[in-house]
Amino acid sequence: MTALIEARGVSLAFGETPALRGASLSVDAGEVLAIMGPSGSGKSTLLHCLAGILTPDSGEVHFDGQRIDDLNEAGRSALRRDRFGFVFQFGQLVPELTAEENVALPLLLSGTKRAAALAEARPWFARLGLDGMEQRRSGELSGGQAQRVALARGLVARPRVLFADEPTGALDSLTGEQVMELMVASAREQGTTVILVTHEPRVASYADRQAMVRDGRATELAPAPSAGGAAERIAS
Amino acid sequence: MYVPPMSVPLTLLGLLEREPSHGYDLKRDYDAFFGRGKPLPYGQVYATLGRLARDGKVVAGEAEPGDGPERKRYVITEAGVTEFEHWLTEPITPEPNLQTVLFTKVVLALMLGRDAEIYLNTQRAAHLKRMRELNDLRRDGELVDALLADHGLFHLEADLRWIDLTTARLDALAEAVRS
Repeated sequence: MTALIEARGVSLAFGETPALRGASLSVDAGEVLAIMGPSGSGKSTLLHCLAGILTPDSGEVHFDGQRIDDLNEAGRSALRRDRFGFVFQFGQLVPELTAEENVALPLLLSGTKRAAALAEARPWFARLGLDGMEQRRSGELSGGQAQRVALARGLVARPRVLFADEPTGALDSLTGEQVMELMVASAREQGTTVILVTHEPRVASYADRQAMVRDGRATELAPAPSAGGAAERIAS
Repeated sequence: MYVPPMSVPLTLLGLLEREPSHGYDLKRDYDAFFGRGKPLPYGQVYATLGRLARDGKVVAGEAEPGDGPERKRYVITEAGVTEFEHWLTEPITPEPNLQTVLFTKVVLALMLGRDAEIYLNTQRAAHLKRMRELNDLRRDGELVDALLADHGLFHLEADLRWIDLTTARLDALAEAVRS
């Protein structure tokens, strides 16, 4: 299978501080990949390079057979709007908008008419257990509800790739797991590839595959062989 | 499927502490609550009850008429209750077995100049795969399954934290091991 999105030897420094040093990573279409690593390892920077938010100093980023790191800002902005979805640690909903308008936002921004955008947004409320929350504003939602609204917003435009940066970082563990369950199930349902950054193993375990970032370099963990040795002992 | 360390004799004593029971009732309840897909063979049920009776922890009633292999009702004794309560209230020994194995492998790898990080990453992948299976069990299973899955998940998570920390310290560890 060819990769849908790929970083090839990506390096990026913030001033004198190198964040990425030749990181390479490849994600197939429909895959859910977790990027793990300690704080400061460069995992969020790698996500931002893949998503066209940051431009690497060197190396290449390819998406769907096209090199994207050398696109101009307008090109990258169009890509982020039309092909990518985003979920961040703190939902970052627009406080002036209702939950429904927040979900519809990516569609409105890409030119869908308001009525059509809201009609697309509405079914997400039932799907994510948010019935009756449509008219609430972000201040009237719990953390878990707000994050589910953010998830709906990230997926509503049926992006090819959903980028999630510590999507459960601000939630308690039970709520976080609900959000992960919903994220993975909804993304699979519509064939969206998910790349998520997390430092929590339990969140990463929802992914099909994991990559470790350490000192600015990425190591893709091979799919585990049917566990022998130590892992098998706790499993059996 | 995740099965926690389980003591069959003490579990049967616990079930008998609830009410006097026939062997097949005990087997049925054991399988329902603790078997987790690994039913207790009848032979083991009766052998265990036999040993418990020999040690004065239970007494067997007279055989009752009826179909089936054995129809004796078992009753827990005072000695049985004491033993069961002691076991129930005693904290179980925390078992850092996995860490010991991991630790041994990491130290040996470093001593032999091999890449311990590759090994730790392989282990990490195996742990994450198992966690994913437990997530599925947690989602699709009943509450009892979910509780067991959680128990497994938290333990695996603790191991992963140790793996993370060890990975971060590999250079220093290598120096310590080789010096």
